[in-house]
Amino acid sequence: MKGPLDFTLALALGDDALVAAQRLGEWATRAPEMEEDIALANIALDQLGAARLLLSYAGELEGAGRDEDALAFLRDDREFRNCLLVELPNGDFAVTMVKLLLLAAYQVPLYTALAGCADERLAAIGAKARKESAYHLDHAALWVKRLGDGTDESHRRAQAAVDQLWPYHHELFTADPAAPVDPAGLRADFDAVVHPVLAEATLTRPATGWTPGGGRDGVHTEHLSFLLAEMQVLHRAHPGAQW
Amino acid sequence: MYGNDFVPQEDAPGGGLLGQVEAAEVALREAAARSREGAAAPGEDPAAYFADVIDADQKIEPRDWMPDAYRRTLVRQIAQHAHSEIIGMQPEGNWISRAPSLKRKAILLAKVQDEAGHGLYLYAAAETLGVSRDELVELLLDGRQKYSSIFNYPTLTWADVGAIGWLVDGAAIVNQVPLCRCSYGPYARAMIRVCKEESFHQRQGFEILHTLSHGTPAQRAMAQDALDRWWYPSLAMFGPPDGDSTHSAQSMAWKIKRFSNDELRQRFVDMCVQQAEILGLTIPDPDLRWNEERQAYDFTQPDYDELMRVIKGEGPCNRQRMEHRRRAHADGAWVREAATAYAAKQRAESQREKVAA
Repeated sequence: MKGPLDFTLALALGDDALVAAQRLGEWATRAPEMEEDIALANIALDQLGAARLLLSYAGELEGAGRDEDALAFLRDDREFRNCLLVELPNGDFAVTMVKLLLLAAYQVPLYTALAGCADERLAAIGAKARKESAYHLDHAALWVKRLGDGTDESHRRAQAAVDQLWPYHHELFTADPAAPVDPAGLRADFDAVVHPVLAEATLTRPATGWTPGGGRDGVHTEHLSFLLAEMQVLHRAHPGAQW
Repeated sequence: MYGNDFVPQEDAPGGGLLGQVEAAEVALREAAARSREGAAAPGEDPAAYFADVIDADQKIEPRDWMPDAYRRTLVRQIAQHAHSEIIGMQPEGNWISRAPSLKRKAILLAKVQDEAGHGLYLYAAAETLGVSRDELVELLLDGRQKYSSIFNYPTLTWADVGAIGWLVDGAAIVNQVPLCRCSYGPYARAMIRVCKEESFHQRQGFEILHTLSHGTPAQRAMAQDALDRWWYPSLAMFGPPDGDSTHSAQSMAWKIKRFSNDELRQRFVDMCVQQAEILGLTIPDPDLRWNEERQAYDFTQPDYDELMRVIKGEGPCNRQRMEHRRRAHADGAWVREAATAYAAKQRAESQREKVAA
């Protein structure tokens, strides 16, 4: 049952998690309160943990001798398969929390579906990661409500974040009927979670037909190359070294 | 999945000190078991009670009477310790985005997260003395309270992350293990928990340096360079020499402090020499040698004038560290205000529901 489609999926989801972890890690020492520094590091660690499992497995499926580090540090941006949403800059805390809300509301049904898929390794990763994603979703939803329904300034920033990020969520649900989990089938779960949170947060979904995408094909925003340049610089400066 | 997925080194540091932490924990439990019921009895002189508790190696608890100066000393020391944890996240956080493997990135993220946890835990210990965390954070941001001077040095290479773990956390543990027996209960208990995690961090730092010093020539040079830059600032972490230390005598009498700066510094040097040998790195001190008579190593003292300059604000990164902390605090103000406003709305909402019901 294992084939190139499992590799493609493991790589894409691993890249989502890795790039999300890299962005969340940028918050360390910068969070709005100390408790949030701990929470963001926690979520970054969960994403990084999922990324390591997924990339290690992708490397095994590929069978070309690439391990998690070879895949993370020795590919260029055109070879990354993450969605655009996760590579966008952190922006302010509202952008980060809305981004996390959209990501987690996608990852929860995704990992849940993965937990029931035929590939045992992917199923095990899904079963572990969905519990973590459920916490990310709770955390992000609570903050989006606080920010949306907090002060005038926080509402303004939260709405701006929704306006900026909403177009990027469409890419997450691009149909792929042959994949072990067809993303199109996750949309209803996403809507059922995100729409009420935004409503309670007094935030509105922007009316725009713009649906940026291309990440799954390796066509990214300008931001990813910079993110990778920083992430990969030390590893690449010492070819073949052990760390 | 993160933080402990490396093979522990048989000869890695931490074992002996961790044993002392555990012994302190046992002593703490024993002290609690033979503790008097409640505070001073009615009519008993509170100052005499305080002196008795100190003499008997029992713990002073938040409910107990204590001299104002004892309270002030503890607030200052615990707050500085908490500030150090929070500012100390910066030099290591500097390498999270560039950690050279995913495993190292996970370990480092978890470590920096631990420091935030230590900071919170210590602020909570300080709050038992009647100050609020917000007040203490203000004192830090205004520059009226200090943090450990070591964090005013830059982390220039990945090996610096290892050196901070091995040397800076190592020095912190040597300093803090005796604090596990401090006379103030909440601080002693906080220190036991913090020391256990710090000892784990020290192992991780040692392991980073061990990997580098047994790696490529460039990695080995990186490790030696880090040791060259961090050695003397780490020795300076124990503070001025005993003759110049202003707070020591009274703190010793109150059993807040148990050993002098110079005693702790010597203990640290003696501990590091053998570990440096295992690492295959050279401690940058040509006068370092075993003294048979003293049964300890002779070593070159750090530059205490430099220490004083750094404490005064003239280290390489003082301005950068403070600016970073102030900016994070200021940038987060609207978020904290939103959380407060939202909580107030939720409370009002549940009040309305109660009234309606």
